[in-house]
Amino acid sequence: MMQSPYVRKPASVTSVMLAVLLALLPAIALYVWQVGVIVLVNLLLATITALVGEALVLKVRARPLAPALSDLSAVVTAWLVVLSFPPILPWWATVLGVLIAIVAVKQLYGGLGQNPFNPAMVAFCAMIVAFPSLMSQWPGVGQLDFATQLHLVLGDQRQVDAIAGATALDAMRTGLRSGGGTVATILSDKAFGHFGSRGWEWLPLGYLVGGLFLLARRIITWHMPVAFLATLALISSMFWLANPGHFPSPLFHLASGGTMLAAFFIVTDPVSGATTPRGKLIFAAGIAILTYLIRAFGAFPDGIAFAVLLMNICVPLIDMKTQPPVFGHREDKAR
Amino acid sequence: MIGRLFGFRGGVKPESHKTESASAPITAAPMPRRLVIPLRQNPRSGARCLVEPGQKVLKGEPIGEGEGLLGTSVHASTSGTVLEIGEHPMAHASGLSALSVVIEPDGEDRWIDHAAFDYHGNSRDATLAYLRGCGIAGLGGATFPTHVKLGKGTGIDTLVINGAECEPWITCDDRLMRERATQVLSGAMILRDLIGARRVLVGVEDNKPEAISAMRDAPGGADGVEIVPVPTLYPAGGEKQLIRVLTGIEIPHGKLGPEFGVQCFNVGTAYAVHRAIHHGEALLARIVTLTGNVAKPGNHEVLLGTPVDELLALAAPKVDTDRYIMGGPMMGFALASAAVPITKGANCIIAASPSLFPPPPPELPCIRCGECSRACPADLQPFELYWFSRSKNFGKAQEYHLFDCIECGCCAYVCPSHIPLVDYFRFAKSDIWARERNTTAADQARDRFEFRNFRQQRDKEEKAAKLAAKAAEIQAKLTEAPQQAETPAVEAEDPKKALIAAALARAKQQKAAIAPRNTADLNPETQAKIAEIDARREEKSKPQDTSPAS
Repeated sequence: MMQSPYVRKPASVTSVMLAVLLALLPAIALYVWQVGVIVLVNLLLATITALVGEALVLKVRARPLAPALSDLSAVVTAWLVVLSFPPILPWWATVLGVLIAIVAVKQLYGGLGQNPFNPAMVAFCAMIVAFPSLMSQWPGVGQLDFATQLHLVLGDQRQVDAIAGATALDAMRTGLRSGGGTVATILSDKAFGHFGSRGWEWLPLGYLVGGLFLLARRIITWHMPVAFLATLALISSMFWLANPGHFPSPLFHLASGGTMLAAFFIVTDPVSGATTPRGKLIFAAGIAILTYLIRAFGAFPDGIAFAVLLMNICVPLIDMKTQPPVFGHREDKAR
Repeated sequence: MIGRLFGFRGGVKPESHKTESASAPITAAPMPRRLVIPLRQNPRSGARCLVEPGQKVLKGEPIGEGEGLLGTSVHASTSGTVLEIGEHPMAHASGLSALSVVIEPDGEDRWIDHAAFDYHGNSRDATLAYLRGCGIAGLGGATFPTHVKLGKGTGIDTLVINGAECEPWITCDDRLMRERATQVLSGAMILRDLIGARRVLVGVEDNKPEAISAMRDAPGGADGVEIVPVPTLYPAGGEKQLIRVLTGIEIPHGKLGPEFGVQCFNVGTAYAVHRAIHHGEALLARIVTLTGNVAKPGNHEVLLGTPVDELLALAAPKVDTDRYIMGGPMMGFALASAAVPITKGANCIIAASPSLFPPPPPELPCIRCGECSRACPADLQPFELYWFSRSKNFGKAQEYHLFDCIECGCCAYVCPSHIPLVDYFRFAKSDIWARERNTTAADQARDRFEFRNFRQQRDKEEKAAKLAAKAAEIQAKLTEAPQQAETPAVEAEDPKKALIAAALARAKQQKAAIAPRNTADLNPETQAKIAEIDARREEKSKPQDTSPAS
């Protein structure tokens, strides 16, 4: 027999996921405007792959299809994979990435809510390790028309040289490592805009708007975005102030790569992240520190994905050690 | 004036649904055909039956005497005849039954002699005993005996009167405060005198402005009494939450208010105390809200023992009503049957229909979104408790303060995965209780077993010592007596006979070494006597045994 409470707030996993998808729309709009309609093609491809992949695994696991497919969590994962992958990736690479996220990371661990790792970030790490050159080809803004992009994505021939591009982080990194100049000289290159890769630098604003929407809807709390961005700003400021010629400014770090996407949509994944208020601060700050260290000293241009996975491992410990005091026991803890 | 309110973390704002019944004045429910009055008015304590079938009783006459520390008296709610004393189902989530007195009203509603009680002229203990005899218990729902809560009467600074009524749908306290504010305050004054509090804070949720102004305007509110509107946020009416909001004091699980200088009573309890002290009336009726899927929602003063199904006729439930909820929708329970009596804790009956209280959507996996921990007024992490309860990792669940859960239902209310979290916690708690009972039983069994082993070992050693002594004695006699007569005789016979004789002697010795089993636990004198007899028997049998040989 059903027991109290007999009333429920009209909330559902579907509505939470729908809000996340809505929150991604401003950034997607800016992305399409800056880079092209190819983004929508990728999103569609990834969405279908995610739903079909999830349905197949559910079938094999003999689980009901409808609740899992209608909760939209697979779509969110698919979109996050697309938004963290280069837009001119061949179609099979996107499909593979989505399948890694949905099948290997989510379903093989037991489905929604069971995965210890962030699915999109595992997909990113697996792909950048397996296909480093493909995963590093980012087109410059306006560099390629839609037909070329479509050909690159769906066609079978790739002229890698013609489309060789790099993210701001990559360019900065290569520039600094090759001894080709200081931060200032690299930034004066035409590939850079006001504070990041030209055109790309506006994308973070879209993520920021979406993130604020999620905060307003109380889908996410302030802890993770604030801790992540503040820590990244702080640590990059320290290095920048110590040697501005060799370390780019905090603004460059905040506006480049997946920083804003991560701050509001990746780090804040509830399933694989810390849950207590203090735990969230530690978790997000840890990701920021590891991200900076990998960006500045590691082998990959952007370190967010690796940083997230490393901190995912720490979540059980963080949660255990940061349990907030219970009603009436606050003073016991203080003593 | 209290400077500021403190608030508590968490809480939810479900639709209040108070308007349905809040405008309906309290009316007396009609006399039912029968009253079924359980001698057990709450799960903690019972009462000893004082009446017999066929006996005439008057209104207010005690029919049960409270047993144990937590027992309170039970009274006939009206005059009439005792029809039967037997087991009847109670208002309980599992439909448990209790020994009940069934009374057929005579319609005269004739009171037993009663008079006001001068609590100033009597000792405090006498007053508490009087309230216990009047059957006064907490009317907020938990029916904890008031005389116990009044305690020692020292060291309490603040008396909190709970008029928050935070559960949706319920309006009985709202109407009581609107219509009988003077009497509620009078009861509060008595309670204040009895616990020796310096100030009285009446907490009322700010969605009841009429009740607040009625209480403020009521005469009889002395100095140090303050009516405090508190923000409408479920569960602000939880005792510990209200104390926290009004005083900032947090009372942990397992502790009681008086340890922290504060005590809390419901407005209905204050009213009942007023009736008992100033009018000499035992607790015979309470105000019950009838609402939900009904044509005529209202608030009724209902005699204790009135069957719910008879009472519901007043509200005219609609045809699609599929069950009845006693209490509010957040913490109440669905009645297994409506043929149960109204008891002291029954503040509200909600007629439920599938459209009004739709079944929750199917349970989905937890996504650890943390909504539940933000809603929890006890500052718990319900989703962690859910994992532990679900995996029956009860040790971990207790480590994460499972027993601090007040089962308010906020977590399940907000859960986007529609997980019935409170059900999991109730399951875990009852399993832990069962295990503890088993452990206690096992401990006792082990103690008994170990003592038995110890006793057997001790007896065996004592017996062995005794036998050794006896055997030595017999051995001595055996070796003395036959040596002169027997040995030469045996020597005279052939070797075969000698062997047989030797075997017989050995057998005899062995037989002597085995003590009769029923003599183990006897006292020393008896033991000695038996030994004597045995010795005589030995001596007697000796010549017979040896005669063929001689």
